[in-house]
Amino acid sequence: MSTDFLKIEGLGKAYPGAAEPVFEGVNFGIQRGEFVCIIGHSGCGKTTILNTLAGLEHSSEGHVFMDGREVTAPGLERGVVFQGHALMPWLTVGQNIAFAVRSKWPEKGKSEVLSHVEKYVQMVGLGAAIDKLPSQLSGGMKQRVGIARAFAIEPKMLLLDEPFGALDALTRGTIQDELLRICAETKQTVFMITHDVDEAILLADKILLMSNGPRARIAEIVVNTLPRDRSRAGLHHDPQFYPLRNHLVDFLVARAKDLSHGRAPTHPPQVRPGLLAQAA
Amino acid sequence: MATPAVSSPWWRSERTRARLLSLLLMAVVLGVWHLATLPKVAAGPALTPEQVEYMKLMGKDPGGVAGGSTASNFPTLAVMGATIWSSITDPFYDNGPNDKGIGIQLAYSLGRVGAGYLIAALVAIPLGFAIGMSPLVHRALDPFIQVLKPISPLAWMPLALYTIKDSAASGIFVIFICSVWPMLINTAFGVAGVRREWLNVARTLEVSAWRRAVEVILPAAAPTILTGMRISMGIAWLVIVAAEMLVGGTGIGYFVWNEWNNLSLPNVIFAILMIGLVGMALDAAFGRLQKAVTYVD
Repeated sequence: MSTDFLKIEGLGKAYPGAAEPVFEGVNFGIQRGEFVCIIGHSGCGKTTILNTLAGLEHSSEGHVFMDGREVTAPGLERGVVFQGHALMPWLTVGQNIAFAVRSKWPEKGKSEVLSHVEKYVQMVGLGAAIDKLPSQLSGGMKQRVGIARAFAIEPKMLLLDEPFGALDALTRGTIQDELLRICAETKQTVFMITHDVDEAILLADKILLMSNGPRARIAEIVVNTLPRDRSRAGLHHDPQFYPLRNHLVDFLVARAKDLSHGRAPTHPPQVRPGLLAQAA
Repeated sequence: MATPAVSSPWWRSERTRARLLSLLLMAVVLGVWHLATLPKVAAGPALTPEQVEYMKLMGKDPGGVAGGSTASNFPTLAVMGATIWSSITDPFYDNGPNDKGIGIQLAYSLGRVGAGYLIAALVAIPLGFAIGMSPLVHRALDPFIQVLKPISPLAWMPLALYTIKDSAASGIFVIFICSVWPMLINTAFGVAGVRREWLNVARTLEVSAWRRAVEVILPAAAPTILTGMRISMGIAWLVIVAAEMLVGGTGIGYFVWNEWNNLSLPNVIFAILMIGLVGMALDAAFGRLQKAVTYVD
């Protein structure tokens, strides 16, 4: 476990006035180039964990280490895609991304910034919309710009807070495919919150299952044993798909609530439900 | 009735019709004015030369009385027209302290408003930023703002005249004190209301405090700040007239008061009209500015 790129140790968060912490004893690690999804019911503290990784919030206990250094403040080595895209509405698509690029490389000249911005706008397929304002874009396009902005600073780690939550199923599917392709190309390390079990199976190498709060914990780490070149179209034909999916859904429906109040283990076991079902 | 689906005739558009209605209203107002100031010709008994002499001695116009009586001394449209024409064709003459062209007077007023307003903006916008960003500063300053805000700007005048000892500077101070509040409050409100997620974006990008203020908070709060600036400008233009009536010397407010002392109602009416037009122009300018910084979320 010492090879973990990102390491979370004994993380906990208690809000003042609350009898019990929202979550506590959260331990897990992420390796370089790994795509990790976290699934759990609303209110178990997923967003707080993500914000702590981003440095935007402080935990009450525990530590976050990235690349051997403790995370205490927001930084350019971690890119965040926010739930509500968080684009600045007075800037065009290009200017929004340029804002991030200039923050990372203040020494870059105008033309350098522009070509860098263009590269990432092309990457999410919005070349034609570079001079448009966010208000002129659809929800899916706005989220794409948010993703392009996060990628444009070439962070060591990408944090996505339920980025597709507000999108319709069709748009969501296309952007998922795009994200899968981009992450495969860039070997990006990603931590992502989702509520969508299928999304997690499509994108993630590991899926963290979080029990309900209060005193929520990571109950299990599910290793996604499906081949990495999986696609949205062929996913449900894989023999491992349904055992894996059923495992996740069963957890959310039945087991998550029984593991609240700190009944989940502090050091979650790794399980491979896909392979187990195949063997049986 | 079959109407052509192509395009409605010019007089059908709402804009044109509204304009026509405005013109009609103006014509009605001018018509009433004209009728009300028309000399009434009554077939009264002619005055004897002694009576005419007496009336002249009493400072009354025997001609008017002889024709019955004029409705009032309110200027007729023709007199108004002549006054407006002579003022507009020669707005910048200067025949001494009590006889300056309307252009010069307006320039004095605009200069005072501009100076007081500029100082107010230089104080209110940075202070508003501080209040908006720091709840501590907000709480500390709030009682002062709440007490000072409702004070009529003219109530400061005696104090200003006593301490500053200069009537022109006192006028500027009064403009400053009346225009500072809406700008201050709106800036603070706008800055405090900047969306958390935009600030979080800036934080994750390790943006410096200066860049965050100028590139994130300022454009985000600009529509609210501009609204405050527009309100301030409106109030400043209202107050300058009253302030100049008190302080005297120059300016459109002094001009109104001076012409009233001269009993020159045409000039008073003309000045009132000009105050309205300049106020409208200022508001329109700020309206444009506001539109330029407004964003659709």
